[in-house]
Amino acid sequence: MIDSKHIREQFPILNKRINNNSLVYFDNGATTQKPKVVIDSVVKYYSEQNANIHRGVHTLSREATELFESARQTVSSFINSKTEEIIFTSGTTDSINIVANGLDIPKGSEIIVSQMEHHSNILPWQLWCERNNGKLKVIPINRDGTLQIKKLESLITHNTAVVALTHVSNTLGVINPVNEIIQKVKAIDQRILVLIDGAQSVPHMSIDVKNMDCDFFVFSGHKMYAPTGCGVLYVKKGLMDQLKLSKTGGGTIKTVSFERTEYVNGPLRFEAGTPNIEAVVGLAKACEFMNSIGVNNISEHEHSLLVYAQNELRAIEGVEIYADHSNKAAVISFNVKGQHPFDVGTLLDKYGVAIRTDHHCTQPLMNYYGIQGTIRASFAIYNVKEEIDIFIEALKKGIKLLS
Amino acid sequence: MSIEEIENEIIQEFEIFGDDWEGKYEHLIDLGKSLPIINQENKTEENIIKGCQSRVWLNSAIKNGKIFFTADSDAIITKGMVALMIRVFNGQSAKDIVEAKLEFINKIGLKEHLSPTRANGLLSMVNRMKLDAIKLSQ
Repeated sequence: MIDSKHIREQFPILNKRINNNSLVYFDNGATTQKPKVVIDSVVKYYSEQNANIHRGVHTLSREATELFESARQTVSSFINSKTEEIIFTSGTTDSINIVANGLDIPKGSEIIVSQMEHHSNILPWQLWCERNNGKLKVIPINRDGTLQIKKLESLITHNTAVVALTHVSNTLGVINPVNEIIQKVKAIDQRILVLIDGAQSVPHMSIDVKNMDCDFFVFSGHKMYAPTGCGVLYVKKGLMDQLKLSKTGGGTIKTVSFERTEYVNGPLRFEAGTPNIEAVVGLAKACEFMNSIGVNNISEHEHSLLVYAQNELRAIEGVEIYADHSNKAAVISFNVKGQHPFDVGTLLDKYGVAIRTDHHCTQPLMNYYGIQGTIRASFAIYNVKEEIDIFIEALKKGIKLLS
Repeated sequence: MSIEEIENEIIQEFEIFGDDWEGKYEHLIDLGKSLPIINQENKTEENIIKGCQSRVWLNSAIKNGKIFFTADSDAIITKGMVALMIRVFNGQSAKDIVEAKLEFINKIGLKEHLSPTRANGLLSMVNRMKLDAIKLSQ
C-alpha cells in the first residue's frame, strides 16, 4: 500500500484551484506534474551547480559534468541498460528522429509500424520512406485495441529493416507484448531492428531493456515526473557506432580541422551543443522518486484506479470505452454518445477536472474507430479514488448540461 | 443595430447569470442549438475552418453591401460561440466587421474561448469571418 497523502504532499501544484474547484489532474499522458525533489533539484542546479559540462577545468564545470554523467548512470540502471547505451535527447520525438535519420539501411527498405502509433512514431519513418523509396507497413489492430500479432509475421519480408512499435498506446493505454513480439521478429530475421516507444510505459511500469532485447528504446522525461525538454534514446551496445549523425556540433569531437573531423565514440557523439543539463539532473531525481515509491507499487496503485474508473464510467449511460478491458496502463479513452469530446472536456475543465480531448496525435487510430477524437483520462501515482468520484460527478453534470 | 449595440445587448443578456457559469453555459448551449444550420451544400471541405478541435463550417455571402454568415459545428459549445459571432456580424459592413474588437467575449466571461491554443477554434473562426468579409467586399 502506498501512502497517497504523503505522495500528494510532494506535488505543490495539486494545491492549485481551477475555477474555484480543487484541481483534479487526469492529463498525465500528456505530461505529469513534478514532485518537490525534482523542482528542488532544478532550483539547486541553478543556485549552486550551474556550469557548462564536458568543457571547463574549473570546479563548477567538473561538478556539473559529474552530476550530468551520474544522471546517465541513474537513468541507465532505471531501465537496466549500460551507461554507455544512454543518449540524452530533447524527448521521445527527438529520439525517434535520431534513429530514423541515422539508420544505415538500404534504400527501398520496409518499415513496420502499428495502427495505434503516436504520430511521432509514424512521421519520421514516413519521411524516411518518402526520401528513400521505402515502404511503410502497418500492423492492424482488433476492436479491443490489441495488436494482430499474427499479421505482423506476414508483413515481414526480406526487405524489412525496422519494426517501430509503441510499448503502451498513448490513446488506449493498451500494453503491447513487446518481449514476445521482439522474439518473433528476431526469430524470423535477426537483422531487423526493433525500436520500442516507451513514452507511455516508463511512467507506469518497470522497464528492463536487456530482458526486452530491443535495439532502441525511447522515452521522455516530462511524462515521468521530470522536467520538459529531456528524453532518452537507449541504443543497444554495438549499434551506436553504426548510427549516422543527423546533427553535429560542439561537444561531439576529438579533433576538428577544415579538412576532417574525428568524433568521439559513444553517447556524446549524439549530444551536440549544450544539453538541457538541469532537466537531465531532474530526470535522475524523477527516477529516484519513482524508485523510492517502488515502480511496481506505482503500477499496482494506478491499476486499481484504472479498474475503479472504468467500472464507474461503464455505469454511465451512453459512455463507450475504447479498449474496454484492464490489460492496460492507467489510460482510459472514451466517448459519450451524442456528445463531442470538446464539449465534455470544456465542461470538465469548468469543474476543475483536467482531461485531454481530441485525436491524441493518433489520427490513424481515430480513423480505425471511425471517430474524430476521444476523451482521455490518464492517471499518475498522486491520483486517488476520491478524484475519480469528483470526475464522475462532473461528467454526469456535464452530460446533463449538454443534453 | 451597430456591432457595439449588439455586443451590449449580449452583455446584458449574460449579466443575469453573474458568477453562475453553469447557467451561462446552459444559455450558450441553447444558443448553439438554435443556430440556423448551414445548408448541406455549403458544408464543404473548403468551408471547414482549420485549427479547431471541433469542426466548424462557415459560409459567407454579401447582399447589398452587407455580409451574412451561416455556420455549423459538431460541438455544441463551439456552435454557441459561433451563434454569438454571427449575431454580432450578420448584416454589418465589411469595414465594421474587420474593425470590431469583440470585447463582449471578455465581458461575458468567455474569454478562455479566445485563447491561442490549438484546441480552440474561435480565434481561427473570427479571423476567417474577417477575411471573408474583406474578400467579399472587394
